[in-house]
Amino acid sequence: MDVILFYILAFFAVAGGLLMVSLKNPLSGAFSLILSLCSLAGLFAMLHAEFVFILQVLVYAGAIMVLVIFTIMLLNLKEEVLHEAPVGWMRAIFTATLCAAAAFGAIQIFGHVEPQGIQVAPEFGNMETIGRSMLSDFVYPFEVISLILLVAIVGVVLLAKKVI
Amino acid sequence: MAPIGIHHYLYLSAILFFIGAFGVLFRRNLLVILMSIELMLNAVNLSFVAFARHNGTTDGHVAAFFVMALAAAEAGIGLAILVMVFRNRTSVQADDLTLMRD
Repeated sequence: MDVILFYILAFFAVAGGLLMVSLKNPLSGAFSLILSLCSLAGLFAMLHAEFVFILQVLVYAGAIMVLVIFTIMLLNLKEEVLHEAPVGWMRAIFTATLCAAAAFGAIQIFGHVEPQGIQVAPEFGNMETIGRSMLSDFVYPFEVISLILLVAIVGVVLLAKKVI
Repeated sequence: MAPIGIHHYLYLSAILFFIGAFGVLFRRNLLVILMSIELMLNAVNLSFVAFARHNGTTDGHVAAFFVMALAAAEAGIGLAILVMVFRNRTSVQADDLTLMRD
Protein backbone atom coordinates (compact mmCIF):
# COMPACT_ATOMS: atom_id res chain seq x y z
CA MET A 1 0.00 0.00 0.00
CA ASP A 2 2.73 2.43 1.04
CA VAL A 3 4.80 1.47 -1.98
CA ILE A 4 1.97 2.07 -4.47
CA LEU A 5 1.07 5.39 -2.84
CA PHE A 6 4.70 6.52 -2.94
CA TYR A 7 5.05 5.76 -6.64
CA ILE A 8 1.75 7.47 -7.52
CA LEU A 9 2.70 10.62 -5.59
CA ALA A 10 6.25 10.59 -6.96
CA PHE A 11 4.89 10.22 -10.50
CA PHE A 12 2.62 13.25 -10.09
CA ALA A 13 5.40 15.30 -8.46
CA VAL A 14 7.82 14.61 -11.33
CA ALA A 15 5.15 14.99 -14.02
CA GLY A 16 4.07 18.35 -12.58
CA GLY A 17 7.67 19.54 -12.48
CA LEU A 18 8.37 18.42 -16.06
CA LEU A 19 5.20 20.09 -17.34
CA MET A 20 6.09 23.29 -15.49
CA VAL A 21 9.53 23.39 -17.10
CA SER A 22 8.31 22.52 -20.60
CA LEU A 23 5.01 24.39 -21.01
CA LYS A 24 5.22 27.71 -22.79
CA ASN A 25 2.39 29.49 -21.01
CA PRO A 26 3.43 30.42 -17.43
CA LEU A 27 -0.16 30.08 -16.21
CA SER A 28 -0.33 26.41 -17.23
CA GLY A 29 3.11 26.04 -15.69
CA ALA A 30 1.85 27.47 -12.40
CA PHE A 31 -1.01 24.98 -12.29
CA SER A 32 1.36 22.07 -13.01
CA LEU A 33 3.58 23.31 -10.19
CA ILE A 34 0.56 23.25 -7.85
CA LEU A 35 0.03 19.59 -8.83
CA SER A 36 3.66 18.88 -8.01
CA LEU A 37 3.50 20.74 -4.69
CA CYS A 38 0.33 18.91 -3.60
CA SER A 39 1.93 15.54 -4.40
CA LEU A 40 4.92 16.60 -2.30
CA ALA A 41 2.51 17.46 0.51
CA GLY A 42 1.23 13.88 0.33
CA LEU A 43 4.81 12.59 0.55
CA PHE A 44 5.39 14.74 3.64
CA ALA A 45 2.30 13.17 5.19
CA MET A 46 3.72 9.72 4.41
CA LEU A 47 6.90 10.73 6.29
CA HIS A 48 4.94 11.56 9.50
CA ALA A 49 5.58 15.27 9.00
CA GLU A 50 2.17 16.62 9.95
CA PHE A 51 3.35 20.18 10.52
CA VAL A 52 5.28 20.39 7.25
CA PHE A 53 2.33 18.84 5.40
CA ILE A 54 -0.04 21.54 6.66
CA LEU A 55 2.48 24.27 5.87
CA GLN A 56 3.03 22.86 2.38
CA VAL A 57 -0.66 23.01 1.52
CA LEU A 58 -1.32 26.28 3.32
CA VAL A 59 1.78 28.32 2.49
CA TYR A 60 3.17 26.78 -0.70
CA ALA A 61 0.22 25.49 -2.68
CA GLY A 62 -1.95 28.16 -1.11
CA ALA A 63 -0.28 31.50 -0.49
CA ILE A 64 2.84 31.46 -2.68
CA MET A 65 1.17 29.97 -5.75
CA VAL A 66 -1.80 32.33 -5.42
CA LEU A 67 0.71 35.19 -5.42
CA VAL A 68 2.40 33.80 -8.56
CA ILE A 69 -0.90 33.24 -10.40
CA PHE A 70 -2.12 36.68 -9.36
CA THR A 71 1.01 38.26 -10.80
CA ILE A 72 0.74 36.29 -14.06
CA MET A 73 -2.87 37.34 -14.53
CA LEU A 74 -2.09 40.92 -13.54
CA LEU A 75 0.67 41.19 -16.15
CA ASN A 76 -1.77 39.94 -18.85
CA LEU A 77 1.03 38.66 -21.08
CA LYS A 78 0.49 38.67 -24.83
CA GLU A 79 1.58 35.94 -27.22
CA GLU A 80 4.59 37.83 -28.58
CA VAL A 81 5.92 38.57 -25.09
CA LEU A 82 5.97 34.83 -24.35
CA HIS A 83 8.04 33.98 -27.40
CA GLU A 84 11.34 32.33 -26.44
CA ALA A 85 14.40 31.30 -28.37
CA PRO A 86 14.26 27.50 -28.85
CA VAL A 87 16.40 25.35 -26.57
CA GLY A 88 19.47 23.73 -28.09
CA TRP A 89 18.58 20.05 -27.74
CA MET A 90 22.13 18.71 -27.77
CA ARG A 91 23.10 21.06 -24.97
CA ALA A 92 19.97 20.18 -23.00
CA ILE A 93 20.51 16.42 -23.26
CA PHE A 94 24.19 16.82 -22.35
CA THR A 95 23.33 18.85 -19.24
CA ALA A 96 20.59 16.42 -18.23
CA THR A 97 22.96 13.45 -18.46
CA LEU A 98 25.60 15.30 -16.45
CA CYS A 99 23.05 16.30 -13.78
CA ALA A 100 21.65 12.77 -13.48
CA ALA A 101 25.13 11.26 -13.22
CA ALA A 102 26.13 13.79 -10.54
CA ALA A 103 22.97 13.24 -8.47
CA PHE A 104 22.92 9.46 -8.55
CA GLY A 105 26.67 9.27 -8.05
CA ALA A 106 26.43 11.51 -4.99
CA ILE A 107 23.66 9.38 -3.48
CA GLN A 108 25.60 6.19 -4.19
CA ILE A 109 28.82 7.54 -2.67
CA PHE A 110 27.56 9.61 0.27
CA GLY A 111 24.23 7.94 0.93
CA HIS A 112 25.51 5.34 3.40
CA VAL A 113 22.30 5.28 5.40
CA GLU A 114 20.28 2.30 6.49
CA PRO A 115 17.46 1.83 3.99
CA GLN A 116 14.85 1.39 6.73
CA GLY A 117 13.81 4.28 8.98
CA ILE A 118 13.39 3.68 12.69
CA GLN A 119 9.98 3.47 14.32
CA VAL A 120 8.74 6.83 15.58
CA ALA A 121 6.30 7.81 18.30
CA PRO A 122 2.79 8.79 17.18
CA GLU A 123 3.35 12.39 18.28
CA PHE A 124 6.44 12.67 16.01
CA GLY A 125 6.22 15.75 13.81
CA ASN A 126 2.97 17.15 15.14
CA MET A 127 2.31 20.79 15.98
CA GLU A 128 3.24 20.57 19.63
CA THR A 129 6.59 18.88 19.11
CA ILE A 130 7.66 21.30 16.38
CA GLY A 131 6.38 24.31 18.31
CA ARG A 132 8.36 23.34 21.40
CA SER A 133 11.47 22.71 19.33
CA MET A 134 11.08 26.02 17.52
CA LEU A 135 10.76 28.06 20.72
CA SER A 136 13.57 26.31 22.61
CA ASP A 137 16.41 25.03 20.39
CA PHE A 138 15.70 27.23 17.37
CA VAL A 139 14.49 30.43 19.02
CA TYR A 140 17.21 32.68 17.52
CA PRO A 141 16.81 31.47 13.91
CA PHE A 142 13.07 31.83 14.45
CA GLU A 143 13.47 35.50 15.38
CA VAL A 144 15.85 36.11 12.48
CA ILE A 145 13.31 34.61 10.06
CA SER A 146 10.66 37.03 11.30
CA LEU A 147 13.12 39.87 10.72
CA ILE A 148 13.81 38.61 7.18
CA LEU A 149 10.10 38.49 6.44
CA LEU A 150 9.69 42.05 7.74
CA VAL A 151 12.55 43.27 5.51
CA ALA A 152 10.99 41.41 2.56
CA ILE A 153 7.62 43.10 3.14
CA VAL A 154 9.20 46.55 3.28
CA GLY A 155 11.28 45.78 0.17
CA VAL A 156 8.28 44.57 -1.82
CA VAL A 157 6.24 47.65 -0.91
CA LEU A 158 9.13 49.90 -1.96
CA LEU A 159 9.72 48.02 -5.22
CA ALA A 160 6.06 47.91 -6.23
CA LYS A 161 5.51 51.64 -5.70
CA LYS A 162 5.26 53.56 -8.95
CA VAL A 163 7.45 56.48 -7.84
CA ILE A 164 9.97 56.17 -5.05
CA MET B 1 8.54 -4.37 -4.72
CA ALA B 2 11.04 -3.24 -2.12
CA PRO B 3 9.66 -1.30 0.87
CA ILE B 4 10.01 2.46 0.67
CA GLY B 5 13.16 3.66 2.43
CA ILE B 6 15.08 6.90 2.63
CA HIS B 7 16.84 6.23 -0.68
CA HIS B 8 13.58 6.45 -2.60
CA TYR B 9 12.94 9.89 -1.16
CA LEU B 10 16.51 11.01 -1.82
CA TYR B 11 16.34 9.93 -5.47
CA LEU B 12 12.99 11.66 -5.93
CA SER B 13 14.42 14.77 -4.30
CA ALA B 14 17.42 14.72 -6.65
CA ILE B 15 15.18 14.28 -9.70
CA LEU B 16 12.94 17.19 -8.69
CA PHE B 17 15.95 19.39 -7.88
CA PHE B 18 17.48 18.82 -11.30
CA ILE B 19 14.16 19.41 -13.08
CA GLY B 20 14.12 22.78 -11.30
CA ALA B 21 17.77 23.46 -12.13
CA PHE B 22 17.01 22.60 -15.74
CA GLY B 23 14.21 25.15 -15.79
CA VAL B 24 16.52 27.83 -14.40
CA LEU B 25 19.24 27.02 -16.95
CA PHE B 26 17.20 26.55 -20.12
CA ARG B 27 14.10 28.72 -19.84
CA ARG B 28 14.27 32.45 -20.56
CA ASN B 29 10.89 33.39 -19.08
CA LEU B 30 11.47 35.02 -15.69
CA LEU B 31 8.17 33.69 -14.29
CA VAL B 32 9.13 30.10 -15.14
CA ILE B 33 12.61 30.65 -13.67
CA LEU B 34 11.06 31.82 -10.38
CA MET B 35 8.74 28.80 -10.27
CA SER B 36 11.67 26.48 -11.00
CA ILE B 37 13.47 27.92 -7.97
CA GLU B 38 10.38 27.12 -5.90
CA LEU B 39 10.53 23.52 -7.14
CA MET B 40 14.23 23.27 -6.20
CA LEU B 41 13.53 24.56 -2.69
CA ASN B 42 10.75 21.99 -2.33
CA ALA B 43 13.06 19.18 -3.39
CA VAL B 44 15.47 20.24 -0.64
CA ASN B 45 12.57 20.25 1.84
CA LEU B 46 11.77 16.67 0.87
CA SER B 47 15.36 15.66 1.70
CA PHE B 48 15.18 17.45 5.06
CA VAL B 49 11.95 15.72 6.02
CA ALA B 50 13.13 12.31 4.80
CA PHE B 51 16.30 12.57 6.90
CA ALA B 52 14.25 13.75 9.90
CA ARG B 53 12.06 10.66 9.60
CA HIS B 54 15.12 8.49 9.20
CA ASN B 55 16.91 9.87 12.27
CA GLY B 56 13.79 10.12 14.42
CA THR B 57 14.40 13.80 15.25
CA THR B 58 12.22 16.74 14.27
CA ASP B 59 15.05 19.20 13.56
CA GLY B 60 14.60 18.64 9.85
CA HIS B 61 11.00 19.77 10.07
CA VAL B 62 12.10 23.07 11.60
CA ALA B 63 14.68 23.48 8.82
CA ALA B 64 11.94 22.84 6.24
CA PHE B 65 9.85 25.52 7.94
CA PHE B 66 12.71 28.02 7.65
CA VAL B 67 13.18 27.14 3.99
CA MET B 68 9.48 27.78 3.39
CA ALA B 69 9.64 31.18 5.10
CA LEU B 70 12.65 32.12 2.95
CA ALA B 71 10.85 30.86 -0.17
CA ALA B 72 7.89 33.10 0.64
CA ALA B 73 10.17 36.13 1.02
CA GLU B 74 11.99 35.20 -2.20
CA ALA B 75 8.77 34.79 -4.17
CA GLY B 76 7.44 38.13 -2.94
CA ILE B 77 10.58 40.09 -3.79
CA GLY B 78 11.18 38.24 -7.06
CA LEU B 79 7.67 38.92 -8.31
CA ALA B 80 7.88 42.58 -7.25
CA ILE B 81 11.11 42.95 -9.25
CA LEU B 82 9.47 41.16 -12.19
CA VAL B 83 6.47 43.51 -12.13
CA MET B 84 8.85 46.48 -12.10
CA VAL B 85 10.86 45.06 -15.01
CA PHE B 86 7.66 44.43 -16.99
CA ARG B 87 6.47 47.97 -16.31
CA ASN B 88 9.71 49.47 -17.65
CA ARG B 89 10.46 47.06 -20.51
CA THR B 90 7.16 45.33 -21.40
CA SER B 91 9.04 42.03 -21.39
CA VAL B 92 9.49 39.06 -19.05
CA GLN B 93 12.36 37.46 -20.97
CA ALA B 94 15.75 37.26 -19.27
CA ASP B 95 17.46 37.91 -22.63
CA ASP B 96 15.95 41.39 -22.82
CA LEU B 97 17.55 42.49 -19.54
CA THR B 98 20.94 43.53 -20.86
CA LEU B 99 21.30 46.91 -19.18
CA MET B 100 24.25 45.70 -17.08
CA ARG B 101 25.90 43.96 -20.05
CA ASP B 102 26.01 46.59 -22.77
